[in-house]
Amino acid sequence: MSTISSLLPSQNHYLEGYKKNHRKRGAVKELSLHILDVAENGITAGADRVRVSVEEAGRKNRLRITIADNGRGIPADLVHHITDPFYTTRTTRRVGLGLSLLKAAAQHCNGEMRVESIEGKGTTIVAEFEYDHIDRAPLGDMSGTLISLIMGYPDVEFEYSHQVESRRFEMKTMDIKNMFDGRAVSDPDVFRKLRQILIDGFKRLKTNED
Amino acid sequence: MARLTIDDLKKVKEKTAKETSLRHGKASIKITVHMGTCGIAAGARDVMTELMNEMAEADRQDIRVVASGCMGMCSSEPNVTIEADGEEPIVYQLMDANKMRQVFKRHVLLGEVQTDFALAKM
Repeated sequence: MSTISSLLPSQNHYLEGYKKNHRKRGAVKELSLHILDVAENGITAGADRVRVSVEEAGRKNRLRITIADNGRGIPADLVHHITDPFYTTRTTRRVGLGLSLLKAAAQHCNGEMRVESIEGKGTTIVAEFEYDHIDRAPLGDMSGTLISLIMGYPDVEFEYSHQVESRRFEMKTMDIKNMFDGRAVSDPDVFRKLRQILIDGFKRLKTNED
Repeated sequence: MARLTIDDLKKVKEKTAKETSLRHGKASIKITVHMGTCGIAAGARDVMTELMNEMAEADRQDIRVVASGCMGMCSSEPNVTIEADGEEPIVYQLMDANKMRQVFKRHVLLGEVQTDFALAKM
């Protein structure tokens, strides 16, 4: 017992941090946080284009999230490892939770998560949920997720499409960059425009004007 | 006044593009929000959106915000690193929207390091 814990000197460190953090912060409680996380994976894998789509079909009782990147992809012999939290190729720490958490969230809602990856071409993650399942987390602050991605990774092109029944909101960072040609996304004017586009877009999705 | 031609507009465009690229070439402060799974679960997105709102208000062209992955200190997430020109980078720990606003207003805009929230000097 004591030998094992002495082999893991950082255990206490993690536990202290967990206690400290857990008091006021939770875990990944919104689906939009999963999207932020998975999109970030793609960018870490060298993607410069990330496509995110959210399809809410309440009538069919289905919610589908697709995140596609053009990163370096996952070698075929490693794809089945990707949702194993204790398999990781990185060196900063020994566990990897992102996709495992999304998979668990989908499975808890009678859904599933699929990973399609072609080495050298990119990776597509599709997560499906039963729309009105009691355990389905809310989509949450999707606008915050998009702002974090677009501003945090100014060199990556993002395409977002969101469908609620028959209403649709689409945006591409390329279009916004073209509006302000030559200026960086971090420019305050560009950011304010982006924020407005998102506010308007999500407002339109919510109104029932079928 | 003579009417603007397409060529005139192109010149204006080139001029502005050059000016802005110059300005962006010498960003004097870089703010990194660490957004790995651990950071996101601990609230890094709120920190990031608050930071962007502050940026929009401050209207400064020489501050650059970037996101990055986990730096291996998951227990102290959300972490934010501030690198000011000619100074040692400061890593802030256990950030939230309020702390971010304070760090932005004090450290980024006025240069006063907020040691209470700091994790380390790098």
